[in-house]
Amino acid sequence: MATRRPPLYGVHEDRGAGFTDFGGWEMPVEFDSIRDEHAAVREAAGIFDVSHMGEIRVEGPDAETLMQRLTTNDVSAMGAGDAQYTSITDESGIIQDDTMIYKLPDGDYLFVPNAGHDQEAEQRWVDYRDEHGLDATVENETADWAMFAVQGPDAIGLTADAVDAVGAPLAEESDEIADLSRFTATDATVAGVDCLVARTGYTGEDGVEILCSTDDAETVWAAFDCQPCGLGARDTLRMEAGLLLSGEDFNPEENPRTPYEAGIGFTVDLDTEFVGRDALAAQNEAGIDETFTGLTLQERGVARHGYEITHDGETVGEVTSGTMSPTLGEAIALGYLPTELAEDGTEVGVVIRGEEKRAEVTTPPFIDQ
Amino acid sequence: MSFDVPDDRHYLASHEWVTTDEPTRIGISDFAQDELGDVVFVELPDEGDEISHDEAFGVVESIKAVSDLYAPISGEVVAVNEALHDQPELVNEDPYGDGWLLEVEPSDEAEFEELMDADEYEAQIA
Repeated sequence: MATRRPPLYGVHEDRGAGFTDFGGWEMPVEFDSIRDEHAAVREAAGIFDVSHMGEIRVEGPDAETLMQRLTTNDVSAMGAGDAQYTSITDESGIIQDDTMIYKLPDGDYLFVPNAGHDQEAEQRWVDYRDEHGLDATVENETADWAMFAVQGPDAIGLTADAVDAVGAPLAEESDEIADLSRFTATDATVAGVDCLVARTGYTGEDGVEILCSTDDAETVWAAFDCQPCGLGARDTLRMEAGLLLSGEDFNPEENPRTPYEAGIGFTVDLDTEFVGRDALAAQNEAGIDETFTGLTLQERGVARHGYEITHDGETVGEVTSGTMSPTLGEAIALGYLPTELAEDGTEVGVVIRGEEKRAEVTTPPFIDQ
Repeated sequence: MSFDVPDDRHYLASHEWVTTDEPTRIGISDFAQDELGDVVFVELPDEGDEISHDEAFGVVESIKAVSDLYAPISGEVVAVNEALHDQPELVNEDPYGDGWLLEVEPSDEAEFEELMDADEYEAQIA
């Protein structure tokens, strides 16, 4: 598969970014230093190019039904301008991907699969539509959109400065971007460019995610005078916040998990009809055997994806993500444990290069939010 | 971007250096620390351990990567940079100075001849 590049690849290259392959995209991993970029987001603000995220538009008379059937949360509860975090599950309730759905001001749905998952999501939506004779258009618009995240305590102020005017639906209530509620989105113009601005993010900080046409990407990027950040800092920030990374913390092939096991049961509304509902209802009734949680290492070392977690000499789980937390200065990890061990303070081990290191169960987030 | 390559030491293709004057110290190059990014953890042998030319003797971890360390020369470890315990970032800040890793007593001086000099190493990373 050919590597895809974000519209501002050249701009980032000129800025001195290092790149990495992620989900089939060649993305900036680091502009200056992960530590500095991470600190900027915790203390002030940073901007991320997240144009590797997919965008699928769903419209038409049966758009709501199609969205409802293929995602676990209640799409019918969304009004224009609402954003909803949700799971995409198969018949067995296994998460295929997690995603954000935006109900656009004009009533269309735009949802954002993770990098490299846009084509399979498009196919899933088209197949289901055709199989059930639903009247909806499904368009993969990933190549048409640039997406940026501006995150940190100063992010809203910076966004307010960069926004010329807000549009629907926020404009009905306020002309201030600061009045945009968490998990809502609005039309807005930034440096003369039409954008969708959503108060969402993936860092554990306040902030926005901004979608605009790839043609206008550079204008919007340049409108924010703050630290450019790569995927390296995005990863350490989301780990501190205890947020899942699709493919790492759950993976339909290598580590199949349900939303309940992955700690995102709040995305499941069993009163709606969706693919995987019956399996999830049964699991909800029976309870889960394993759950997603966090660890803090008590000895020197860094736990990484794939390292074994032990308890009383037995292997009881596996680390799915881990790093040295730049904020805390200690090694943190995420992974799955038997529910009876997933209590704060439980002593476990992490096997690092053949040696068992002491670790303590720490329910994420690792930072105050 | 250009990287510092001092000519008072020799280099291994995997980016470790060894000083040619005593004390014989081992570390990683400016290029290597830049490639790794923020170093957060260094795992080194103990004093008295033996290391062998071109074999792994430890691990350096940055936020984003885990990388094995290879010995430019064989010998006995006579000192370990204990400061890296609490300040692994010294590897980034001063890779040829305060960020040194080990001090060794070389067991085979001839091994120095198998290493690259500064010019050869500079050509490799160019």
